[in-house]
Amino acid sequence: MSKMHVKLTVNGREVEGLAEPRTLLIHFLREDLKITGPHIGCETSHCGACTVDIDGKSVKSCTAFVAQVNGADITTVEGLTNDDGSLGVLQEMFREHHGLQCGFCTPGMITRAHRLLQENPNPTEEDIRFGMAGNLCRCTGYQNIVKAIAASADMLNAQKEAAE
Amino acid sequence: MIPAGFEYHRPGDIASAIGILQEHGDEARVIAGGHSLIPMMKLRMAEMGHLVDLQGIDELKGIDIGAETITLGAMVTQHEMITHDGLAVAVPLIREAALQIADPQVRYVGTIGGNVANGDPGNDMPGLMQCLNASFELSGPDGIRSVAARDFYEAAYFTAREDEEILTRISIPKPGAGVGQAYEKQKRKIGDYATAAAAVMIGNGQASVAMTNLADTPIWSEEAGAWLAGGNIEGCVAAMLDAIDPVEDNRGPVEFKKHVAAVMLRRAIDRASSRAG
Repeated sequence: MSKMHVKLTVNGREVEGLAEPRTLLIHFLREDLKITGPHIGCETSHCGACTVDIDGKSVKSCTAFVAQVNGADITTVEGLTNDDGSLGVLQEMFREHHGLQCGFCTPGMITRAHRLLQENPNPTEEDIRFGMAGNLCRCTGYQNIVKAIAASADMLNAQKEAAE
Repeated sequence: MIPAGFEYHRPGDIASAIGILQEHGDEARVIAGGHSLIPMMKLRMAEMGHLVDLQGIDELKGIDIGAETITLGAMVTQHEMITHDGLAVAVPLIREAALQIADPQVRYVGTIGGNVANGDPGNDMPGLMQCLNASFELSGPDGIRSVAARDFYEAAYFTAREDEEILTRISIPKPGAGVGQAYEKQKRKIGDYATAAAAVMIGNGQASVAMTNLADTPIWSEEAGAWLAGGNIEGCVAAMLDAIDPVEDNRGPVEFKKHVAAVMLRRAIDRASSRAG
């Protein structure tokens, strides 16, 4: 099969490459672009470790062909740092509240939580658990992940208020 | 898990998409959100030379709430249905069911058209569409035709859609004021298909009942609906248990599934009734 020309915006940067249409987005990100934040966990669209943000939607990048997302604007966990390269609010709160142990699920967790808070800046605990249901963690028992996201919501809202 | 190679097409209108299907016959398949098809391709249980991506076709998008009829483009996602306020008012049943499909990530890309066209008995929307008496618009080389959801499903993965046809639109008659609706789904965990699920609509002397994943097609029972419309819940449950035909699998043995089916149906009837009137 011949390769196709792929053009994406990833974390604000325009990137190009050649790929077979059957290439899964997660493989293109990790192997071609060397963006290794999104992880390959189950590779069957269950675990959410490969979650990235595509045009404002949380998507499991193991279940998207690069051909389908050609032209899209993609954000990975690497794109959620502050402009100076320091940890973004969600990343900092996951550290602060011990929202990770082995850390394998964390890039997907944070990328999904980012979109959740964009859509619902004041989530209840139930909203967080329901909104994070597509991401599995085998270490933490979720308690601290929920705390980290709730704390991020508070901090982001406080930052927004201060800026107004 | 690398799928077999294919040539990728992204047509801009329905006619071009049908043209590609005609040209390549069995070798071509359409893809909507891809969350049923891509996993099958990764397992190499589905292989095709040509993949026809429908995302570039604007005619397949949009939700229209008319005076009599609600129209959903086939490429409308579960997420779009959940967040559409007009739809939640017109047919609350759809939002209630869509929230119980898969998980948030899957709902952003999974489409109503893919869900109803796939013919997977585990999908939630087919039973729901039978309960609502929806019809599916199919576009093919010979033009456009409409098939009732209640006549669409023939067996698991076999439907009334011909190979060269594309399911383009879903039309739902707007339920009258005073009609109560409910969807109840028992599943083992988030993301799972139903062990049993029931869609119920009741009010104004009428009722409609359909169930999911309890046979090789969704089951809408005219008899169960008639019992319920007459106020006989036991008759309705008995008629539905008679109509379903579950098989033993990793969600449990037949007797268990029938038990769960009855529980789901009673709960859905209770909740739909409390919303009626």
